[in-house]
Amino acid sequence: MAITREDVLHVAALARLEIPEGEVEGVREQLGAILEAVGKVSELDLADVEPTSHPLDLVNQWAEDEPRPSLPREEALANAPDPADGSFRVPAVGG
Amino acid sequence: MNGWEPVIGLEIHVQLKTRTKMFCRCENVWGEEPNTRTCPVCLAHPGTLPVPNKTAIEWTVKLGLALDCEIAERALFHRKNYFYPDLPKGYQISQYDVPLCSEGRFVVPGPDGDREIGIVRAHLEEDAAKTIHVGGAAGRIHGAEYSLVDFNRGGTPLVEIVAKPDVRSGEEARRFLQLLRQTVIELDISDAEMEKGSLRCDANVSVRKAGEEGYRTKTELKNMNSFKFVADGIAVEVERQIARYQAGEEVMQQTLHFDPQTGTIAPLRSKEEAHDYRYFPEPDLVAVAPPADMVERARAEIGELPAARIRRLEAEVDLDLAYGLVTSGRDALYARVPGDDRRAVANVLMNQLAAAGVDPAAVDGAELGRLVAARETIPRQTFLDALGASADPDFTADPYLAETTVSDAAALDPVIDGILAANPGQVEAYRGGKEGLLGFFVGQVMKETQGKADARVVNERLREKLNA
Amino acid sequence: MIDTLRLTAEDAAGLLERGEASGDELAGAYLDAIEARDPELHAYLHVVGEQGEGVPIAHKDVITTKGIPTTAGSKILLGYTPVFDSTVAARCKEAGLPILGKTNLDELAMGSSTENSAFGPTRNPWDPERVPGGSSGGSAAAVAGGLAPWALGTDTGGSVKQPASLCGVVGLRPTYGTVSRYGIVAFASSLDQVGPLTKTVRDNARLYEIIAGQDPCDSTTVELPEPVAIPEGEDLTGVRIGVPKEMNEAEGIDPGVSASVNAAIRLAEELGADVEETSLPRSVDYGLACYYLVAPAEASSNLARYDGVRYGHRAAVDGDLTALYARTRWEGFGAEPKRRILLGTYALSAGYYDAYYGQAQKVRTVIAREHAAAFERFDVLVSPTSPTVAFRIGEKAENPLAMYLSDLLTIPANMAGLPGLSIPCGLSDGLPVGLQLIGPQFSENALFRVGHALERALGFDFVPERLR
Ligand SMILES: [Mg+2]
Ligand SMILES: [Zn+2]
Repeated sequence: MAITREDVLHVAALARLEIPEGEVEGVREQLGAILEAVGKVSELDLADVEPTSHPLDLVNQWAEDEPRPSLPREEALANAPDPADGSFRVPAVGG
Repeated sequence: MNGWEPVIGLEIHVQLKTRTKMFCRCENVWGEEPNTRTCPVCLAHPGTLPVPNKTAIEWTVKLGLALDCEIAERALFHRKNYFYPDLPKGYQISQYDVPLCSEGRFVVPGPDGDREIGIVRAHLEEDAAKTIHVGGAAGRIHGAEYSLVDFNRGGTPLVEIVAKPDVRSGEEARRFLQLLRQTVIELDISDAEMEKGSLRCDANVSVRKAGEEGYRTKTELKNMNSFKFVADGIAVEVERQIARYQAGEEVMQQTLHFDPQTGTIAPLRSKEEAHDYRYFPEPDLVAVAPPADMVERARAEIGELPAARIRRLEAEVDLDLAYGLVTSGRDALYARVPGDDRRAVANVLMNQLAAAGVDPAAVDGAELGRLVAARETIPRQTFLDALGASADPDFTADPYLAETTVSDAAALDPVIDGILAANPGQVEAYRGGKEGLLGFFVGQVMKETQGKADARVVNERLREKLNA
Repeated sequence: MIDTLRLTAEDAAGLLERGEASGDELAGAYLDAIEARDPELHAYLHVVGEQGEGVPIAHKDVITTKGIPTTAGSKILLGYTPVFDSTVAARCKEAGLPILGKTNLDELAMGSSTENSAFGPTRNPWDPERVPGGSSGGSAAAVAGGLAPWALGTDTGGSVKQPASLCGVVGLRPTYGTVSRYGIVAFASSLDQVGPLTKTVRDNARLYEIIAGQDPCDSTTVELPEPVAIPEGEDLTGVRIGVPKEMNEAEGIDPGVSASVNAAIRLAEELGADVEETSLPRSVDYGLACYYLVAPAEASSNLARYDGVRYGHRAAVDGDLTALYARTRWEGFGAEPKRRILLGTYALSAGYYDAYYGQAQKVRTVIAREHAAAFERFDVLVSPTSPTVAFRIGEKAENPLAMYLSDLLTIPANMAGLPGLSIPCGLSDGLPVGLQLIGPQFSENALFRVGHALERALGFDFVPERLR
């Protein structure tokens, strides 16, 4: 199943990447080639195999509910591109 | 409903009142200055990692047990991926195919007996940050110039409870929600205040013909922030859907907003793209296998559930009073107050005592019982004063019971005559048919006698004199 | 006069201990070397030159350092200054190791040549026309070029082992979970591990000892089952070494690389090891495909936080939030991260999850089982680290798939969470060849022992020939 131009645009929208119009086809070709290579995993019949999502078989790693100091607000905002009123300012959603 | 059956599925989010957030140890507090309870983890700085809050896990297990759920032997956290400024990592850590709690049920007593609402799941996740929309109309998203993000709330532990579509009316949804709220309050795991957003409810609504199998198209009602709005919003939406079907129209799948001011429903602006959350197991976290001692400790902390108490109380008082007592947490005091007239006890607790604002837990039930028994024979104001003082440490009913009402007509007549003489206009109006003015005259007499007049006698005498 | 090209970290510690050099003199010697040779090599993105009394260190620029800019080699983090230390940086600080600087890398640790850095490539000290490998190419080049006595890198698919191999130094990828990832700019969470790059195996063990151990800020870490043993001696009697034929006969392995590796294997036999051929058929055949699904999928999610809201690059956009996100991310990320984000998003998206990401996770199980079976018979498995010696800058830049093959032999063990050590074992065409030693989980001490014995017996001169 070759990746289509629509697939590329859909995935780019999901990933919030604005591919310039002139580059869509190039991206599609590269992704197509990589997907063909990695599609190799489907050669194996692994219906009865459990997936591994983590290399170590650990459980119950947690912390007690004890507060620790938060950052001073100046530090929280120190790297903010557009701080305003002690907050992080962003353009209106869908505005 | 003439043959139509509403089908309602509820999704409830409950913020846990742990001391710290779900995945970092910032304080979990409400109402602080913006961005003063944040750290690199809850601001999603590069390289930071989540560490789960053990108490939040234990409390979710406790809630799960109260909902009669199965507790997973090995639950997983997943990432739910989407972009939004209140979601700093670009994903919410939530639970997906193996939630901590699943397959439970919640009993909701109703006028036609107990209704059992299935619980699909109760899972643990993190809350989003708070976004304030600036400019535009009244802080609404639409038309805002820009938004300010405050990450204090971001990462608050949140339990999402998904109920099966077993609810059949807005009223039943309200009872479900009130009972659930009381349950989490008694479990001592959440403030569950709808106005503060620590309890939130969405409803999936559809209707079908009675006896029809399967489900029709549903709509989603978002963020109704009071019990009344939940009941009203669902009722309005059910009527709307039935009307459409009866007019031969279809119901569209959409997300709706109920405006309690106008009692109308309008679509929220639909997102331009379909959701694809790309769930996958959170690789920064390992599985949660609630240990037996944690589960047993949680189980031991669950008392008798509100629904069971409502069922017991319903035999003594009516269903509404039973709900009122239990969901206001007044039923414990009710049980301590002696007296044969149980409805009178319940009414006093729910009305005058509630209005007096006293803490029910501090009230001596026996003394209160004496007051309730004497409520007809002592002056009304004395009764109210006594209720107001009933939570004082040394409270006794004796001095209040010593005061008696003036019920001697001979003593009251001069006062009544004086008032009628002083208000000739009202007297004329009453006699002209405005019988509602009786209350006015009663009030005047009570005022004149400092509340000590026997209201029954005053009513009688007034009526006699006015109708003479 | 301190010869930083020759000086090992142990040598440097000796100078400090015996009072033959002060901390400032030592750091000064490295800063002089940096001034002399880094304009050509470009191993550093940021020279810090902290003062201190310990053996100074260089950190790959994905390692968060409080108050010191951390870019991960990406424009998306330009201007970002961390407000916290990564756990490994904090541990090095506690151990008294002053920071020389932050080293260059493939952007966001994605690459095998350090050519993907947004700030220009690093050059191989053995031949400046060639790549140092990657993504920890800056750290490997700094150690090989005498610009740091030791350095930290990170390894997801081979990013410590492969550049160590190409630069003629020692690189350890530890067992997953033994070194904290807290504060490491995340690429693929279930694979990322921090590892030391050093001139000798003993130096490597000493640095591993400093950084390893459970961290309360990383819930995927564990305590080491046994303390780190600094290796001594040359005897390999009783050590069972397996030679997986697929990893030693794979297509694309340079004959010169095979020759050096085979010579090292024969030497191990002479030192007393039992050497036998074995097989990991599916690990090699499917490892690369498995990796290029799992790693990009996790990366697509890990890189979602770079949205221009809280830190880092933000595009100048006159539009809504969605436009801001999409432009910021397109501008801020280079070609390789964008490629992997798209690939990973696709692999996780509705309708493709089972065929790609889900299937890759199952292949991961197969790979882990194959290795576990091999370790029932062997203590250590050996292979070339990289199929080739250092290639020319630009040679594979236009062909991602060819570049991906650089990690063909390092990936399988990584997928299984196993430790791997690369030591230089000879030259081919005047360029270093790396020998990869793989062990079961938590077998770092065994790898150090075997690596140290071979290192002594091989007598490889780690100073690049052209700089001697
Ligand atoms: Mg939710
Ligand atoms: Zn925090």
